[in-house]
Amino acid sequence: MDYATLLQLLDSTVRLATPLLLACLAGLFSERAGVFDIGLEGKMLIAAMTSGAVAAISGSVWIGLAAGIGASLVWALMHGIASITFRGNQLISGVALNFLASGITVLVAQAAFGQGGRTPPLSGDARFGAITLPFAEALREVPVIGPLYFEVISGHPLLVYVAALAVPVTWWVLFRTRFGLRLRAVGENPAAVDTAGISVVRLRFAAVLIAGVLCGIAGAYMATALQAGFGREMTAGRGYIALAALIFAKWKPWAALYATLLFGFFQALALRPDVVTRVTTLDIPVPALEALPYVLTVLVLAGFVGRAIPPRAGGEPYVKER
Amino acid sequence: MQRIPRWADVVLVPIISLLLAAICAAGVILAIGQDPIEALNTMVVGALGSAYGWGYTLYYATSFIFTGLAVTVAYHAGLFNIGGEGQAQIGGLGVALVLLFIPWPHWTVALLAATLGAAAFGAIWAAIPGYLQAKRGSHIVITTIMFNYIAYSLIVWMLVDVLRPAGQAEPATARFPATYGLPTLTDIPVLSSIFTDQVPANVSLFVALAACFAVWLLLFRTPLGYEIRAFGKSESAARYAGINPTKIIVVTMMISGALAGMMSINNVMGESGRLLQNASEGAGFIGIAVALMGRNHPFGVVLAALLFGFLYQGGAEVGLWTQIPIDLRVVLQGLVILFTGALDHMVRMLLGLFFRRRAA
Repeated sequence: MDYATLLQLLDSTVRLATPLLLACLAGLFSERAGVFDIGLEGKMLIAAMTSGAVAAISGSVWIGLAAGIGASLVWALMHGIASITFRGNQLISGVALNFLASGITVLVAQAAFGQGGRTPPLSGDARFGAITLPFAEALREVPVIGPLYFEVISGHPLLVYVAALAVPVTWWVLFRTRFGLRLRAVGENPAAVDTAGISVVRLRFAAVLIAGVLCGIAGAYMATALQAGFGREMTAGRGYIALAALIFAKWKPWAALYATLLFGFFQALALRPDVVTRVTTLDIPVPALEALPYVLTVLVLAGFVGRAIPPRAGGEPYVKER
Repeated sequence: MQRIPRWADVVLVPIISLLLAAICAAGVILAIGQDPIEALNTMVVGALGSAYGWGYTLYYATSFIFTGLAVTVAYHAGLFNIGGEGQAQIGGLGVALVLLFIPWPHWTVALLAATLGAAAFGAIWAAIPGYLQAKRGSHIVITTIMFNYIAYSLIVWMLVDVLRPAGQAEPATARFPATYGLPTLTDIPVLSSIFTDQVPANVSLFVALAACFAVWLLLFRTPLGYEIRAFGKSESAARYAGINPTKIIVVTMMISGALAGMMSINNVMGESGRLLQNASEGAGFIGIAVALMGRNHPFGVVLAALLFGFLYQGGAEVGLWTQIPIDLRVVLQGLVILFTGALDHMVRMLLGLFFRRRAA
């Protein structure tokens, strides 16, 4: 494989890792606060449809982004009400919300546009365009590093850089602020947090809503940056892969970046059968390549995670002592 | 929390949950500018208004009994098997291989063989996530979801590159021999006087009911069932009592996968007579809603499967005759899971308030 092909692969790795990373950080906030979130997938899907639809109608990608985040927040709120307020089963709530998103996105898109559950193709201001970072053109001729900077680091839509920035921000919020300390405590020992006079319910809702915002950005990215419009089931299990990446990353922000880049690379490989065939010199059928990210997810979870210890109070509704 | 009488917990809670889900669904239909009353009318007439409609309702219910039982068995061991969809698809592959490559003298023998094939393939597909959960600690929910996607790709590959007869464009296997066709309700004496038109509901319905009784026996009348339920209640207590966690997880998942796979005798052998792409049509996922609605009891599963058979057939009619897309079914499914599975405490709290006021 030559250097140019490798750069192409890495370029699509970055683009494909972005929604995974945002969803993974969303899961990180939620699970660190003790709320499992299988519903990342559904939140991304509803956000993708809403942002695609609103961007198509308004012609502005920013209004689309805001609408996508809003829709994802509604889903996050439902998850919060079911699993925090009414202490329901968090896994079941997430699964239910995923189905709800899967059906409603098609119903609404069909009612609004009548194009078989898709939203109209976006162009111009209704989409996030590529951004060329400073000096990318100038440094392009520098051997090795120049093309790497030009092809892989520069030239992505804005939300890719937002996602990258979300990693240090998440780290700072969780490990350097009082809010973050409390958030992590509520996922480990909510009774202690409650004893200190801090509301467990409010903290968990805050975490779930932050997850909603991040999934909203991820979904909007899918429909307005990665693709030009929403398509039925377009998230294709990314919410679940993000959860696998979260376990692989052992619930740590920087590790989440590396884990999602790895999964993004798997997805990039699946899109390039020609490269895989050339490198392995095997004639691998296309369905096998399509299954590759999912197979590798299973392998990673089964083999290379080592001991992954989830937040101790994860999945447990908190019942205040009387 | 206020205690409510047992009859209210068993009868009222599911009914109120269902009503709430129906109200929300009506809201969704209104929001997309359609008429919920017309939709409900179309559903009832299309699914229950004629013997023909019942033939479809019972056909779908048959599949849902199998997948609902699959989720139920796993649930009693504290395992959440979301992989029913993949296990059902792989079970379909088992049916196809058994019927295409081995000659059978009569449809009864073929049905038995196909059932075993479907169960074996489904069981293997579920055993891997079970083993990985038990031995490697991989989260079973995520692994079973991944196995759904992998099963989908595997079936595409088998149908496009391996099992597709030469000269056929459509990705599907060859047709099974006509002699293996399962009798439908139209072909059965007595019932044939009710089901005069050809309907897809077939003898698999009786296999499903038998499976239901067998699962009840297994869970509540055998040592293995006791171990499964003990493990589901408390893993540490079960371990202390000498129950082998690895064995219970793997065996439970295999039973669960076998049940999900067995739905393929209904759709693959009974209805289409060959293996098609996406043959299970989401029935594996519906099993989750069926199990929750049926309160994870085999007999509750039968009632819930009938209800979802109605929703599924009714939803198809809505997709056919109104402007509402067929995906309404997925919305209903999500709402039922939400209200019966995640918001059941809310319903109980409301009922608790009601009963407290009456007691005072």
